[in-house]
Amino acid sequence: MSVLKMIFGGKKERRLREAGWGWSMVAGLAGLVYFFPVLWIIMTAFKSRADALATPPAFLFTPTLDNFVAVFYRVAQTGSGEALSTGMGMFFFNSIFVAASGVFLALIIGTLASYGFSRYPLKGNETYLFVILTTRMLPPIIVIIPIFLMFRMMGLSGSYIGVILLYAAFNLPFSIWMMKSFFDELSPDVEDAARMDGSSERGVFFRICIPQLKAGLAATSVFAVILTWNEFLFALLLTGTETRTVPVAMARTIGGELGVEWGLLAAIITLFLIPVFGVTYLLQNHLLRGVTFGTIKK
Amino acid sequence: MDKSVTETAEGLDGLSRPQPGPPVGLQQPIARGKTMQDFWKWMFSPSRRGPMLVAPALIMLFIMNIFPLMWSFGLSFFHYKASSIRPPSFAGLHYYEKVLTDPVVWERLQTTAQIVGMSVLLQLVIGFSLALMFAKKFPLRREILMLVLTPMMLSFVAVGVFFKLFYEPTFGLLSQAYMYFSGEQLTLLATQWGAVWGIVIADAWMWSPFVMLLVLAGLVSVPDYLYEAAEVDRASRWKRFTTVTFPYVKGLLLLALLFRTIETFKIFDVVYLITNGGPGTSTETVAVYVYRMAFQFFKTSQSSALSYILLFIVIVLTNLYLYFVKKRGEEG
Repeated sequence: MSVLKMIFGGKKERRLREAGWGWSMVAGLAGLVYFFPVLWIIMTAFKSRADALATPPAFLFTPTLDNFVAVFYRVAQTGSGEALSTGMGMFFFNSIFVAASGVFLALIIGTLASYGFSRYPLKGNETYLFVILTTRMLPPIIVIIPIFLMFRMMGLSGSYIGVILLYAAFNLPFSIWMMKSFFDELSPDVEDAARMDGSSERGVFFRICIPQLKAGLAATSVFAVILTWNEFLFALLLTGTETRTVPVAMARTIGGELGVEWGLLAAIITLFLIPVFGVTYLLQNHLLRGVTFGTIKK
Repeated sequence: MDKSVTETAEGLDGLSRPQPGPPVGLQQPIARGKTMQDFWKWMFSPSRRGPMLVAPALIMLFIMNIFPLMWSFGLSFFHYKASSIRPPSFAGLHYYEKVLTDPVVWERLQTTAQIVGMSVLLQLVIGFSLALMFAKKFPLRREILMLVLTPMMLSFVAVGVFFKLFYEPTFGLLSQAYMYFSGEQLTLLATQWGAVWGIVIADAWMWSPFVMLLVLAGLVSVPDYLYEAAEVDRASRWKRFTTVTFPYVKGLLLLALLFRTIETFKIFDVVYLITNGGPGTSTETVAVYVYRMAFQFFKTSQSSALSYILLFIVIVLTNLYLYFVKKRGEEG
């Protein structure tokens, strides 16, 4: 059973003590502390340049969409007033494309493997699973040094194929552990019953298991997409100018010598966060399992 | 396991549940390699189903993770610089010796331990308090909980930017608030301790909701009768906490501690963006140091050697974590 389901009323729920609106106020304050930095960035995104740098900080201001336009287009310096693309649109496309394809690959391979690990344990099953988890728990910097050298040698660095392969591998341990935790919750009896009724092995997998795991598959894929969407270090080292993803582009905006354009940066982040918010809302019942790679289910 | 299956399995068999199929003895041993069809039959025979299912994943992980790691393990024994064309020459344990006797490495490990210790402790304390707060029923509970959980899903880069803006000396909110009371600007990131706290606060802000979620899961599963018994015994609030509540969430707290320690140990993105290791090198964590060594100074062999020492630490911690996960699974 997932955490939030348990917290918000599953069968095992404890009678929680009632506390009134007073408690809501206290908790709301904590909620505000946690949400405030996000809110502040979103507000900054809608501020004009003067408002963004105002002292004391401007809490009330007339919102403007200039920053969002500036994310994608800038006016040419050479007097013609032509709107030039900043390339940000492409970086957003890259982020979406790379995350989607990497996760898609990882999910197909990972689901099959997790079915194998769950239903047909190998000799040393635990060891395999441990090694798989370890590859993911390692500091990414350790893994990236040799991959960087390898990709450079094969001419893969900076290409879509390289990045997608890397992200598929990056998501694979996660998909395996996550999907295995879902498979382990299914009762094998149903599958055995289907076999007794003459269902083929393929039928058991596609017609018995997968339909029961739709929610789990959705949670795993969406989680993996967000992990990839947020990923920074691999992208920093292995994407080129053509394949750069949004986090890298953001980090470069900070590193500029001319001082950071906070309004612009805030606008990029606001756009970048939209899918994350949507997903957090969708995933609320699986957050804990996702963040711990399926090692903790409740 | 029946004999005919084992005959075709050739060492890779991993069948533990009996397969419904022809009874023992009726199954024909399959001749392999004669035609394509026979080959497929051999490949997909029931005893090979487990290995076949996991093979693509293992191959992929081998190519993209294990092989590169072995390669860099090899490199750590050679003189090699990724930026020069000189062929590698054998160095033996030279780089391990160099790394382990290098005071800079120990300094970076200390910095990392400091940040990990402070941040994880803060996460545990705040997370626990938040969990106690949310283990009650009150209006708008779900909505407020969602607000608290937001930081966990954010990108490290986004969090880095939030806090960089927050700490900015001239118009950042923190400095402004400080100015309101003292009349001076606060350049938090200019001092060593300021920078360490700057990172710790950002990390704790992001991950204390995670600890809360874990602990809350434990809190809501404490059986009612224990509390009722405590009430009958007229146990004080404190006594009830130490004898009923705490033992129930102890295991989860330990898991949270280990998991967050492993994760915080790797801290890179937030440091890279907020302080970039500065001022000087006072907030340079091991991960940032390895990054510098490998991609700015191109000391490939040395960084590989250091990587392997880190790898060892992480493996030990991961083992410990999984041990407690398993233990908890067996208990409950």
